[in-house]
Amino acid sequence: MAPSIDQLFVNLLHWVVGFLPEMVRPWASLVISLGAILGVFALLFGLTTVCERKAIARMQNRLGPNRVGPFGFLQFVADGIKSLTKEDVVPRTADRVVHFLAPLALLVPVVLTYLVLPIGRNMVVLDLDCGLLFFFAAGASTELAVFMAGWASRNKYSLLGAMRAIAQMVSYELPFILSTIGVVMVAGTLSTVRIVEAQAVVEGDWLARWNVFTPWGLVAFVLFVIASFAEANRSPFDLPEGESEIVAGYFIEYSGFKFALFFMAEYLGMFSSSAMAVTLFLGGWTAPVAGLGWVPSWMWFFAKLLTLMALFIWVRGTTPRLRMDQLMDFAWKFMLPMALILLPVVVIWHRLGGGWMGWLVCAPPLALAWVLLGKALVGRRQIRPRTYRYAEG
Amino acid sequence: MLGIGILKGLGETGRNFIGSYFDPKRMVTVQYPEKRLPLKENSRQFPFLVFDGDEASIGLRCVACQICEKECPPQCIYIEKSKDKKPDHVGKPQYYPAVFDIDTSVCMSCQICVEVCPFDAIKMDNQYELSTTDRFGGLLLNRDRLAKPNGYFQKLHPTDAAEIDLRREEERVKAVAKAKADAEAKAAAAKPKAATATGGSTVPQAPTASA
Repeated sequence: MAPSIDQLFVNLLHWVVGFLPEMVRPWASLVISLGAILGVFALLFGLTTVCERKAIARMQNRLGPNRVGPFGFLQFVADGIKSLTKEDVVPRTADRVVHFLAPLALLVPVVLTYLVLPIGRNMVVLDLDCGLLFFFAAGASTELAVFMAGWASRNKYSLLGAMRAIAQMVSYELPFILSTIGVVMVAGTLSTVRIVEAQAVVEGDWLARWNVFTPWGLVAFVLFVIASFAEANRSPFDLPEGESEIVAGYFIEYSGFKFALFFMAEYLGMFSSSAMAVTLFLGGWTAPVAGLGWVPSWMWFFAKLLTLMALFIWVRGTTPRLRMDQLMDFAWKFMLPMALILLPVVVIWHRLGGGWMGWLVCAPPLALAWVLLGKALVGRRQIRPRTYRYAEG
Repeated sequence: MLGIGILKGLGETGRNFIGSYFDPKRMVTVQYPEKRLPLKENSRQFPFLVFDGDEASIGLRCVACQICEKECPPQCIYIEKSKDKKPDHVGKPQYYPAVFDIDTSVCMSCQICVEVCPFDAIKMDNQYELSTTDRFGGLLLNRDRLAKPNGYFQKLHPTDAAEIDLRREEERVKAVAKAKADAEAKAAAAKPKAATATGGSTVPQAPTASA
């Protein structure tokens, strides 16, 4: 019973593809899987927007959307219909072709990143040997689309937003990738499927070998999640679309369905980087402890993914927006050194073979580095009551 | 240590998130069409015209002096004075507005018309559900739609209304007393006049001196 549910979708795919001629089967399999992934994640995107609005409303002691459908959960359908029926305005001086292409150029690479995400046991569209590299390559090309949108709109705010976005994304790309190198070193492969399998529960052990259960994995996970906040332009790193300064950033001149595409690409990017965090550090579709293997693998994956999404929403409801210099300071003076310090620590951990000895040797330097780098970043600035030189009283 | 502040903040929002489900007192908003917050006594939207008694065409306090029309900053008031006169609450003949329009799409709810009105005829309403499907006629309020009874005003602004009612009642009593005294004086003057007329005197006593 349990294995059949676990492999339900895989068997379904095989059954459907079985009706087709031999020649088109790999392609059909690819297209059907990608379509299914798009459908599932688009639905998840819709539900997440509603949940996000409701959760943030609750954090601010408001009610949030509760009109459309049961408890307002069909709000995203109404929003989708609204954005489809809205007028599509293109500024007269805009570069029409680039303006039109930018949302597509943003959405396509984001969708491509889903090809290498292992959603469950045997549930990956493409098991590339260089899966992780492919993920980062596709993810990084979204920066081009963001700049296309900002430049083609012929609007000073959109250009400012796009330049902020480029500066931010390029800066955070480094710790984003560097924090994953430890995982690759330990697993010895760039294939996402192999990385997940390396984190599964080993026979006779009670705890899974998730990377987040190691000192370096924990720190790398935190760095990866922070960097993915920045990559997804999410609060507290949402400078490219800071409403109070530059209205809506690079998609200021987009309306109707193009705006919805931008919105969707942002959320899909958030999902894919969360899914990659799950894959690399939280063991992908594997169970956390022995004896829970009967739960279908894709359920584990989605449970972990939704937990991370909840964290994204929670942080958005909590943090204010950073300033540009604070953002850059944080990337270059904290994230990057921290990610570099991780590399020798991973080597030491790997040589020692983990265990309590590994913890004893690896945890203190990481904690020390965290505290000292944090002190160096913010230590000199102390929060005290503000004094005014001229405006007394 | 870096990150402690963020964790504290996450704790705070988390407490609010969970608390808002269990403690209704936390909620700062109400579900509007079903639940409404009581309005403050001095809340205001657009002006209305007060009339005394039951009939708006008789009891309208406005005397079409057009001060409000001149003072209105966005000039949303339009008044046409009547040709004839009708008695006001003290019995004095006054003009009345033949046309009194307020364009609520222009009105900015500043209450200046209320401040300048010497007759307590125009007051602020707190009715706020004024959406209409007709954006010209529906927003242009004419005299009949503006006229509301004094009872409505008393309900809306009890303190203000009580003071005004007291003052108007005093004015009315004084006017009645004066009218009575005038009538008496007239009667008193008429008597000596009649007496002197018979006496043949050509210089009548001034009746106002005794009144």
